[in-house]
Amino acid sequence: MDIFIQQLINGLVLGSIYALVALGYTMVYGILELINFAHGEVTMIGAMVALAVIGALLGASPELPGLMVVLAGVLVAVPACMALAFVIEKVAYRPLRKAPRLAPLITAIGVSIILQNAAMLIWGRGYISFPAILPQGRHDILGASVTDLQIAIVGLSILCMLGLVFLVERTRLGRAMRATAQSREVAELMGVNVNTVISATFVIGAALAAVAGVMVSAYYGLAHYYMGFLLGLKAFSAAVLGGIGNIAGAVLGGMLLGIIEALGAGYIGDLTGGFLGSHYQDVFAFMVLILVLVFRPSGLLGERVANRA
Amino acid sequence: MRIGQSSAIFLVLIGLLAGCGEEKAATDGTDVVRIGSVAPLTGAQSHIGKDNDNGARLAIEEINAAGLTLGGKPVKLELVSEDDAADPKTATNVAQKLVDRGVVAVIGHLNSGTTIPASKIYHDAGIPQISPSATATAYTAQGYATAYRVMANDAQQGKALGQYAVVKLDARRIAIIDDRTAYGQGLADEFEKAAVAAGATVVAREYTSDKATDFTAILTSIKGKAPDLVFFGGMDPQGGPMAQQMQRLGLAARLLGGDGLQNINFIKLAGADAEGVVASSPGLPLEAMPGGAQFRQKFEARYGPIQVYAPYAYDAVNILVAAMRRADSAEPARVLAELPRTYHPGVTGPLKFDARGDTAGGAVTLYQVRNGTWAVLETVH
Amino acid sequence: MPTALDWLRRRPLLAYALLAALLIALPFLVGAGLGRGWVRVLDFVLLYVMLAIGLNIVVGYAGLLDLGYIAFYALGAYLFAWLASPHFGLHLPFWLVLPIGATLAGIFGALLGAPTLRLRGDYLAIVTLGFGEIIRIFMNNLNAPVNITNGPQGINLIDPIRLGDFSLASPVSLFGLQFHQPHLYYYLFLALTLATVFVALRLQDSRIGRAWAAIREDEVAAAAMGIDTRNIKLLAFAMGAAFGGLAGGLFASFQGFISPESFNLMESIMILCMIVLGGMGNIPGVVVGAVLLTVLPEALRHLGDWQRAVLGHVAVDPNDLRMLLFGLAMVVMMLYRPAGLLPSRQRQREFAAEDGVAEQEQASLYDSKA
Repeated sequence: MDIFIQQLINGLVLGSIYALVALGYTMVYGILELINFAHGEVTMIGAMVALAVIGALLGASPELPGLMVVLAGVLVAVPACMALAFVIEKVAYRPLRKAPRLAPLITAIGVSIILQNAAMLIWGRGYISFPAILPQGRHDILGASVTDLQIAIVGLSILCMLGLVFLVERTRLGRAMRATAQSREVAELMGVNVNTVISATFVIGAALAAVAGVMVSAYYGLAHYYMGFLLGLKAFSAAVLGGIGNIAGAVLGGMLLGIIEALGAGYIGDLTGGFLGSHYQDVFAFMVLILVLVFRPSGLLGERVANRA
Repeated sequence: MRIGQSSAIFLVLIGLLAGCGEEKAATDGTDVVRIGSVAPLTGAQSHIGKDNDNGARLAIEEINAAGLTLGGKPVKLELVSEDDAADPKTATNVAQKLVDRGVVAVIGHLNSGTTIPASKIYHDAGIPQISPSATATAYTAQGYATAYRVMANDAQQGKALGQYAVVKLDARRIAIIDDRTAYGQGLADEFEKAAVAAGATVVAREYTSDKATDFTAILTSIKGKAPDLVFFGGMDPQGGPMAQQMQRLGLAARLLGGDGLQNINFIKLAGADAEGVVASSPGLPLEAMPGGAQFRQKFEARYGPIQVYAPYAYDAVNILVAAMRRADSAEPARVLAELPRTYHPGVTGPLKFDARGDTAGGAVTLYQVRNGTWAVLETVH
Repeated sequence: MPTALDWLRRRPLLAYALLAALLIALPFLVGAGLGRGWVRVLDFVLLYVMLAIGLNIVVGYAGLLDLGYIAFYALGAYLFAWLASPHFGLHLPFWLVLPIGATLAGIFGALLGAPTLRLRGDYLAIVTLGFGEIIRIFMNNLNAPVNITNGPQGINLIDPIRLGDFSLASPVSLFGLQFHQPHLYYYLFLALTLATVFVALRLQDSRIGRAWAAIREDEVAAAAMGIDTRNIKLLAFAMGAAFGGLAGGLFASFQGFISPESFNLMESIMILCMIVLGGMGNIPGVVVGAVLLTVLPEALRHLGDWQRAVLGHVAVDPNDLRMLLFGLAMVVMMLYRPAGLLPSRQRQREFAAEDGVAEQEQASLYDSKA
């Protein structure tokens, strides 16, 4: 039982990181119906910038309290990623808004190749370690072990998500975003500056990605210029699982994917008597995703699209 | 109009290709001998790839500085570096390209998955290939007289590790994790065989990937089976976080790894949780070898800390040049005739090849992290 | 130049003859000018042209966004390795193995296509991506309990294409010319590529091709016109997959060694990029896209030489810049020609039309919203 609870906790922490990145995919998709393939790389840049700041601060005065140093890193990484996303949207996506649907997908892949290699040039080819400056307290909950960092990650993710929901549901900008998602033309006629709204969507998604990037590198203790690809892919799958374009769906999808992966890796081996092991963890996760989509073609919380057939 | 455009594109392509042809003229320089170096210089493994390339480059520069005379003529060595992106298809293209450029030998590739398909091309061209880091047994089992390596293969190292785990570390219940790469899986399988033969029980066999960072799920599952040793077949970017997550989950078993963990990065990535971890490295400790300490000093002054396999790439160049000296020629056929008979006291240990092209003897040294550095435990033969 | 082209266009037979002569002489021109390494690159160009044409049937003709296409390439390659290597001790001839591989891949294409029929657009993309990864993961892990794929170690010593005593792996002398392995494979690949181009062009103008176009543009209308959308979609998956399987078998015999790392997700994405960049649905465009994206990363290896030629020394390590410039080129080309380098005529019309029309057309392509 304690092992099962531990696996749930493992999945929840992983899932809240997926969810935070998935939000960026789902927001952009909701408005532009564009898979922003470069989003995973924005997460990576967030981690790299934060680590650069943290490294510089610790180099200047190693006596600074760890929490403050990390916070400073986040405070620099968030605007940096926001600026980056603003530029990416403006240069690589906006000129293609009237192009065929797959054209921006190609620029997105191009941008992510550029970002990876630029990061390789700037921060080097090696893995960068995250200094152990955060409190490392460990608690026992029902026989499972939980660290301060894990609690902070889940807490911070939930806070970010609540903030986003507030922004989308309660503010003028949020209303404009929802209107643009419904119909770009009508929103424009109603006086919404669609370009600003789209830029804002990218920028907000990037801010969440930056936070997620710092959390990932703090949690796993490392950052690398290639880390964004897999994270982005998983987060995108999570967004689709929940129903892409739907904010609650992204959160649900992220959490579910994290838990599915943890339980999959933890139990497939024992359940199949060693025939299938944890090397089939991703097969298991993809199977769940495929089954969900076969029975609910628009994801768990996705709106039922008027099926034309 | 469409034909006009396609021909424009075609012309651009031809132009690009023509641009590539220019360097051909320089090939017939009489005193320049070209040696190829291939490793992934882009992509997820590029830090290890660059490390190999730097190791080979340092050796070439030292040899050039000291002066090399073959057949009575002074010879200057030139390293031709190529990127195989850890991709088998790119690897064969690059291999053919190096053959075209007239290299007399190749140091590489880094991964077994690229080394094996490329070895066919070097074999067909009749030029020696010395891999600094490919460990899959299949590489030298193909019967190619051109395929060599300076690192102990999976079977040699896995066997040493498995016996050490049971006999010296007194492990009875063992959990094994591998990263599903040719290297990780090969090493873990050989380790498992040796450990079981020595009387241990494998209580869990888990798997991850070479891109993963989260191991909590498999470690939690392992914890439930209460092993006293966890063996990981894989590299430091996974090993570092794994050591941390073991501590976080309260999994009180010793972590044991191969050469993929025995490097400075692992300690950096695992932080305080690296303490007590045991890992092996083929050959003898760098510091115990003549020239080893100087090599480290020189290398780190130029390129920064050694990542993993730079000393092996350095040795690969040196044993190659030693064979050239014996042959008194850079002619591939004559070098190949001398390679099996060449002995070189390398910085990773005394080097000699066996009949297959593997390193003869296959000494493996075990290290343990103590106070934040790798301390030598012992060398097993 | 344009006048010469016009002149040629009025004489199509001569134009084809010239093209044929160029294609036949190409490996020797390239080999003499740039070295045999580039002949190998040419071989891979042809393989990727085959793959791109296969994927174009699924994505360009039928409008089904497929991100797991490389799985069929993998199936073809593994089947060749199983039936013609020491792994199982079987050494069947290629004329048996290649068709079996293409058929098996085709069957798998239809099998994996079946559950996805209800999905549209990006949901289809993620499910096909999932299938692609699942197949790769199985290839990577099926070395135990029974050793089927030899796992991450891959399968080595795969037979070359061989007819009687004549093997494409050993050099041949003919008319005083040396034909090496890359040259020999070039002619085989060229013949098969031309065959796939031919099949794809004929399909485009056939009943089936028009049915695909109808489904792509409006599935409901297509069904109303009496098109069996389910079977026609499955046919697209199967045909595309069969081309992939064929290319996979050729890859296995050409390389002599295969391992799962050759069949990763990035390969699927790059093949998709080839057809989108070249001009989806249009065979010449797809060919150009495949050629460009295969040659570009190889050509960029010579950045160092170019720097030496222009600046006199190597300022930046070419290996640091190569992929950066590759990504940049992808972005710039797409911004410069959003419909692809050589778009199909229909696509060009959409672009020339007023904004509203273009948007409407765009909305109907791979779209889930009515």
